[in-house]
Amino acid sequence: MNPVLSIDALEKAFSTGFIPRRKDILRGISLSVGEGEIFGYLGPNGAGKTTTIKCVLGLIFPDAGKIRLFGRDHLDPRAKERLGFLPENPYFYDYLTGREFLDFYGQLFSIPKSERAASIARLLELVDMERAADLPLRKFSRGMLQRIGLAQALINKPALVILDEPLGGLDPLGRKEIRDIILRLRDEGKTVFLSSHILQDIEMICDRVAIIVSGRILSQGRLADLVSETVLFTEITISGVDDADLAAFGESLSTQAGRTLLKVCDELNIEAVLDLVRAKGGKVHSLIPRTRTLEDIFVDMVKPQ
Amino acid sequence: MTITVIARNTFKEAVRDRVLYLLLFFAAVSILFARVLALLTVGDRVKIIEDVGLASISLFGALMAILIGTGLVYKEIEKRTIFTLLAKPLRRHEFLLGKFLGLVLTLAVLLAAMSLIFLALVLAHTGTLEWNLLLAVVYIFFELVLITAVAILFSSFSTPILSSLFALAFYLIGHFSWSLETLLKKLPSGATRTFLRFVYTLLPDLENFNIRSEVVHQLPVAGAHLLYSAAYGLVYAAFILGLAIVIFRRRDFI
Repeated sequence: MNPVLSIDALEKAFSTGFIPRRKDILRGISLSVGEGEIFGYLGPNGAGKTTTIKCVLGLIFPDAGKIRLFGRDHLDPRAKERLGFLPENPYFYDYLTGREFLDFYGQLFSIPKSERAASIARLLELVDMERAADLPLRKFSRGMLQRIGLAQALINKPALVILDEPLGGLDPLGRKEIRDIILRLRDEGKTVFLSSHILQDIEMICDRVAIIVSGRILSQGRLADLVSETVLFTEITISGVDDADLAAFGESLSTQAGRTLLKVCDELNIEAVLDLVRAKGGKVHSLIPRTRTLEDIFVDMVKPQ
Repeated sequence: MTITVIARNTFKEAVRDRVLYLLLFFAAVSILFARVLALLTVGDRVKIIEDVGLASISLFGALMAILIGTGLVYKEIEKRTIFTLLAKPLRRHEFLLGKFLGLVLTLAVLLAAMSLIFLALVLAHTGTLEWNLLLAVVYIFFELVLITAVAILFSSFSTPILSSLFALAFYLIGHFSWSLETLLKKLPSGATRTFLRFVYTLLPDLENFNIRSEVVHQLPVAGAHLLYSAAYGLVYAAFILGLAIVIFRRRDFI
């Protein structure tokens, strides 16, 4: 299968200041996004996520490396016909109304007028912005701009949607709505490339992730592979048993309202703890095996930098 | 055509900008002020009205071109609206040309509005519609096309305030460079003369577009001069736009 987006050894440096000083932003980024997946591009602020996206869109010219979109050169307008993009902190023409704004972008794709009206109505419904359709954009709130921006990215029924921090600055309800829309896009067979510095966003919806730190990809692969299934330790919440008796089996993390949270590393000890609790007439409230989370992986990778 | 889409949106942006109406208001005041000046004048009052009126149209037209033109491209970059635009199947030169044509369209509408006020004033004073005055307005339009191109050139790499100063300097230099030509006629041939001739060729000569006094005094204007001036304006504007595109094409939008 041909990748929808492939980036090969991408490098970019900026020179800033009166006496120009070279600052490497991207130091050899390679990744590929397959058809129909939600690809998460994860990294701390300033890692080079937005710079990578801008290179793909042709807003920035890379110093080295190759980018292919749908098997074509990424600057080819035919490739951009099938692309949708929502920038970080979107800001749009505030003198246009929501409907005019979407119509303007539809015209750039030379979509015929009748078809434009239909898809604008459909998109306004999708992002739940029908009520604000005839309001000028300058009266929009942050969340509304994000939604109309998402509608704008979908106006041409793109095969690939690139979203830069799509959940940034939204309230919990707004985040859930945008997440649902992203999942719906995948169900429609679209490919989604989204960047974020928030782990939960990526963990909840992405099929594959790439982790970028200081302009390098540190890890890339299926989320299930990265987050291994092996149990690191087990947390057991117990009441009715003396802390001193438990100390032999594991580390007591906290004691609250008579309940002890015990961290047990050895699997054999779990049975022993349960036997002890039963013998002492205590009670087990919960038993949770902890696996490696994306957060653990992320912290491990970022730390040595 | 994506260029026309951008041009139409630019037009919409300009006509929804309040600065425009402020300038139009002052232009109207200035044109009507010609009537007051005429009262204070001994001699042919109609000529004064026509002269001051056309000068007002020229000056305010140039101000509109500079003040709106220098902000157009910069604003798109500053407010990052250009990110989503260039992610669409829109080439950079199409964007720039669309912006240019949109502003030229806006200026054409504004010139029409100012001409209407002007012609009405003249009509009220003389009782005849003097259509021939419009020839001077057409050449003001050619000048504005060139100034717009210059404003967009500066706007594609500089801030609005700096661009406005640059474009204003271009306007002033353009209106005084004819004095170099006068100087050239009086200089003996030599190194200085060659150098000044070079400088004069390089500098814009906006007085080429000034046929106001000929029109007002109903003097004949040579056809060759009209043709030359129109061609001069269009070629110069095309050159400036080409330069703007070359700069704009390789720019990184950080």
